[in-house]
Amino acid sequence: MTSSASSKAYVQNIPAQVLPPPASMVGVVGWLRTNLFSSPANIALTVVAALVAWWLIPGFVKFLITDAVWTGSDREACLAKGGVLPGACWAFVKDRWTFMIYGFFPVEGYWRVNLFFLLGAIGLTWMLWLNAPRRDLGLIFFLVILPLTVYGLLSGNNPVGFLTYPMDLLAGKNVAMAGIFSVLLFLVGVFVGRIRNTSGKTSLVYGVIGLVGLTAFGFVFAKLWAGFGLSQVDTAKWGGLMVTLVVAGVGIVASLPLGILLALGRRSKLPVVKFFAVMFIEFVRGVPLITVLFMANTMLPLFMPDGANVDKLLRALVGIGLFASAYMAEVVRAGLQALPKGQYEGAMAMGLGYWQMMRLIILPQALKVTIPNIVNTYIGLFKDTSLLLIVGIFDFLKAIETARIDPQWAAPTTSPTGYAFAAIVYFMFCYGMASYARMTERRLSVADKR
Amino acid sequence: MKKTVLALGAAVALAVIAAPASAQTLKTVKDRGVVNCGVGTGLAGFSIPDNQGTWTGIDVDVCRAVAAAIFDDPKKIKFVSLSAKDRFTALQAGEVDLLSRTTTWTLSRDTSLGFNFGVVNYYDGQGFMVRKKLGIKSSKELAGATVCTQQGTTTELNLADYFRANNLKYEPVTFATNDETVKAYESGRCDAFTTDASGLYAERLRLANPEDHVVLPDIISKEPLGPAVRHGDDQWFDIVKWAHYAMVTAEELGVTQANLGEMMKSSNPEIKRLVGTEGKYGEAMGLTNDWAARIVKHVGNYGEAFERNVGMASRLKIARGQNALWTKGGLQYAPPIR
Repeated sequence: MTSSASSKAYVQNIPAQVLPPPASMVGVVGWLRTNLFSSPANIALTVVAALVAWWLIPGFVKFLITDAVWTGSDREACLAKGGVLPGACWAFVKDRWTFMIYGFFPVEGYWRVNLFFLLGAIGLTWMLWLNAPRRDLGLIFFLVILPLTVYGLLSGNNPVGFLTYPMDLLAGKNVAMAGIFSVLLFLVGVFVGRIRNTSGKTSLVYGVIGLVGLTAFGFVFAKLWAGFGLSQVDTAKWGGLMVTLVVAGVGIVASLPLGILLALGRRSKLPVVKFFAVMFIEFVRGVPLITVLFMANTMLPLFMPDGANVDKLLRALVGIGLFASAYMAEVVRAGLQALPKGQYEGAMAMGLGYWQMMRLIILPQALKVTIPNIVNTYIGLFKDTSLLLIVGIFDFLKAIETARIDPQWAAPTTSPTGYAFAAIVYFMFCYGMASYARMTERRLSVADKR
Repeated sequence: MKKTVLALGAAVALAVIAAPASAQTLKTVKDRGVVNCGVGTGLAGFSIPDNQGTWTGIDVDVCRAVAAAIFDDPKKIKFVSLSAKDRFTALQAGEVDLLSRTTTWTLSRDTSLGFNFGVVNYYDGQGFMVRKKLGIKSSKELAGATVCTQQGTTTELNLADYFRANNLKYEPVTFATNDETVKAYESGRCDAFTTDASGLYAERLRLANPEDHVVLPDIISKEPLGPAVRHGDDQWFDIVKWAHYAMVTAEELGVTQANLGEMMKSSNPEIKRLVGTEGKYGEAMGLTNDWAARIVKHVGNYGEAFERNVGMASRLKIARGQNALWTKGGLQYAPPIR
């Protein structure tokens, strides 16, 4: 064959050279043609968008960067010079930085807040980074150890002080409280036993071990804690970005499990469970968050017995946690309803019990479907924390609001700068959450694309 | 997760703070080791945190004076930042021992709300700011002016009353928020801007060219601001009242933070009674006899506190005006210590 082909001089026996695509289809020009100028309508949109950008962006850049004041010690630096107003007063943000981040936290305790940020970052990475080692330990760290450590670190109180309550039984004081905690610790032991598939009797042994072991641990830890000598910092002194992250963190972590339970309750066939779940969800959704906060802050103290006073931040935390979980419940319910009935029936046909069915079949699929909604609720929750300023908690935004009022920095550009800074920081956090969610969705949707 | 809530809940709920039983606030405060003091949410010169979160201001100094008198330490205070809406419930519920938060002393607050106001630590009132180039010297010359003010405030009502009482025509322009109002005034939408005089000075600083604007000397409403305590504990009420009077008396007698040491050796009987080298006036209130000396040592006299926070030594540069001593034509007057 080869020889016959080569014998015909007019037949080319090597493949023709591949021509490059037309210049108009590749590179920058090609990209522009396909993405920006593919049709008359697209061309019009591109032109309009370009004009808007040309009109807005130079102003932003000028205000935020080129004309901005970067150094200075008071308002003089940011006042108009020769009748021309300078741009953003970043010197103000630099000067008030500590207040915006740490609020009223004592200066000598800033390291505690920094450690909180660091531990939070470690916990988050461990949880969110898919290739991290021992992610099961990461979960325990994130949900149990981290909150307790952070509470102890920031407040200076022994975070596991409650472990020693059962000892009061021996002394015969605080019997009610000691009794409740004894039972709880016992149940923790039993629970661990059940996870390790022990039989009924061995579970009881685990319970006793749990009770005695945890109490002993609490006793030893209390001694160690006293040795640390961390000064106590009242929650009234928490503020700034730190309090925003604490509140958002507690809300985000608390709302998903509570929301799942509420959603399951609402779809439950048990009338009483269903009734209470529906009542709670509809009641909480029926009032604005601001009302919940006012209730928690203004009315609760009036109902409390004279002389008792629950911490202001805790009241707000409970309010935000419950509020977020009601919304989360509806989000999760949407996911549950998106699943075809066959999934439930198939699971039941396999002989799975209710909780096994939910844990193994239903929830993994339902939650996957509803990830965008969950993250939407989280982002909303994160930004809702700025409502705390109404009940007198100095969250990040309120700290900026307060700083901008200070006459030391009273200048025409101070307020816009403060708000621009707030916008940048909120955007970073919310965009981070959204990006991670998009990544998770892509990963989980591999099955759907097959 | 549940553990998180449990741990936080248990630990904080158990740290339940015993609020004062109504009649023995002083004892509760001493046992607790700090004064719980309700302050504002950030108002220049009155109560505002600095960049390390330390509260300063003329209202804060009332708290500091009380803490100094009791503990000889102006830092033994737990500041509770209260919004205008929360402030009265917080005091009623015992969350704070003392409310010092630019609260106007009115009959209904003094009686039916169940509070006691004894002293006025700042006489405020509504004033006007105008452009310097208008050449106006008094608010009586504002006939026919457009006036920017905030909607739905007593400021708006006072404004109407004032112009009607003086038979002057004016055109009100109202805005929902304070920031909008100031912006509108600055952009030339109005001839004058009105709010409480202390606020005018703070807002003036935020204008592009503060020197082009002037605050008129006339005050058209009465806003006596002072600390409040709950009904039912006369001893505590006395302490708060006299903490302020001690500062006023110290100014009257020329006792300052700087010269306190010499004044302790003074032979002037009035000074001796103030600083506690004569008589047992502090003990009568359940305090030590050097209570007033402690206040001056840590906070200074009234004049010093005023100048430092809102007066000429501060950026607000508010003139003493009605807040001058009675001997200098103002309203600050303290009953004698004897």
